[in-house]
Amino acid sequence: MDQFMLIFRHEDGTKIASPEQMQIWMKHTMDWIGAIAAQNKYVGGNGLPFDNSKIVWHNNVVTNGPFGDVKETVGGYIIVKADSVDEAVEFAKGCPILGGEGNSVEVRRIATGDGVH
Amino acid sequence: MNNQDLIPHLFREEYRKIVAVLCRRFGFEQMETAEDIASQTFLAAAQTWSLNGIPKNPVAWLYNVAKNNAKNYLQRDHLFTTKIAPEIKQTSTAAYENEIDLSPQNISDSQLQMMFAICHPAIPPEAQVGLSLRILCGFGIDEIADAFLSNRETITKRLFRAREKLRDANISIALPPPAEIDNRLDTVLATLYLLFSEGYYSASQDTTLRRDLCLEAMRLCYMLVENDATNKPPVNALLSLMCFHASRFEARISENGEQVLYNEQDTTLWNQDLIRKGAWYLKCATTGDHISRYHLEASIAYWYTQKEDTTEKWDHMLQLHNRLLQIAYSPIAALNRTYAFSKVYGKVSAIKEAEKLKLEGNHFYFTLLGELYTGIDDIKTNNYYQQALQLAKTHPEQQLIRKKIDQLPS
Repeated sequence: MDQFMLIFRHEDGTKIASPEQMQIWMKHTMDWIGAIAAQNKYVGGNGLPFDNSKIVWHNNVVTNGPFGDVKETVGGYIIVKADSVDEAVEFAKGCPILGGEGNSVEVRRIATGDGVH
Repeated sequence: MNNQDLIPHLFREEYRKIVAVLCRRFGFEQMETAEDIASQTFLAAAQTWSLNGIPKNPVAWLYNVAKNNAKNYLQRDHLFTTKIAPEIKQTSTAAYENEIDLSPQNISDSQLQMMFAICHPAIPPEAQVGLSLRILCGFGIDEIADAFLSNRETITKRLFRAREKLRDANISIALPPPAEIDNRLDTVLATLYLLFSEGYYSASQDTTLRRDLCLEAMRLCYMLVENDATNKPPVNALLSLMCFHASRFEARISENGEQVLYNEQDTTLWNQDLIRKGAWYLKCATTGDHISRYHLEASIAYWYTQKEDTTEKWDHMLQLHNRLLQIAYSPIAALNRTYAFSKVYGKVSAIKEAEKLKLEGNHFYFTLLGELYTGIDDIKTNNYYQQALQLAKTHPEQQLIRKKIDQLPS
């Protein structure tokens, strides 16, 4: 069984949603993760807030952003176990951030150090 | 208390203390000797007391006899080693120091150190539980066999192998250094939880024995809370969890030994004192910044002490299970999460969640599906309950499922 990283690309929620909306969105995200964990397929994950974040460029130039195009900033990720990329894609389809138009979840297999990668 | 009741009572209370102190004094190489001396002490008590009557202070009497037996043993052992191997003589002065310290402080220290030694990662969990029952709780072989639904011979062998492991792994009887205590506590807590669960979920018909297992697990956990070095948030969380669960002990087993489902329990039988204690230890558990599985399970157990079906209750239940599954997956947590999900989002959505779990070997899975389909599809409900019935292994479980089938509209 492989591990896949599901990377959330979406607008910074705190800029477009009220705290109440954020709370509901958080709850749905936890329900989505809970459903994956209930199948014993959840490995780990983290939200990636934008505050206290920097970008380090070539020649060690440090800036406060930008973190990519507005709709493409990485807001978090989870790692799941799946038999195939298709199974991982099925998990990704339930991700609540996909409710926002233009948002996406990138599904990437994690290299296993098996000599191939 | 007459002689007949007194000795078993003292055995339960004092055997483990004497064994812990002697074991620490002798080391694991001579663990059986420590157990033998403790057993001989009680044998002597049974013989002497029935002839001469019960002494004024029976505990002091036991300690004296145990001390003397241990001293005699150490003296013989000392003579033997000095005769056979005289070159050891230089180092043997310390070994000859044979005062046995049965003071309350040393008893408590010894028991705590034994707990860490027995619950060592090098020892398989099953052996840890067996040894804990024997050494830390003073259970007889027959009682352990009953608790595990096993026989004398199997348990004797298992304990023998466990003792061998303790010796081979060269485990010292001491508290781990402060830097290691959190890691080692993980194993100790896992064993205490296992011990508690053995009592709480055991299929053994002997309810007194089952309750004793739970109480012993709680007593050992309480020892950890009482000691500054081990009074950590997860320990309080585990004790809280045990208190909440144990509060329903009376209510969940009927007079004729049958299991009573949560929804059908008489809430007046719930032990409010234990519920309050559970709440207290849960509060004590909130001091750190790390949330252990015991914190989550204790919080879930707290909500189970609230019988009313409120939106708040099930919202919390679902979120707690979501988090618990992320750090500690278990089939039963997955099923309970799905039940909470049905309470929040309704049965139709929950059925979709349940079908993803793929726990076809587990009768609780089919019981849950049966429950979710109740009122939606009678034929499916019946089919799932039949499948559950086929998979259920114990009589009480089968009885519960049959009851559900009988309640279906025909």
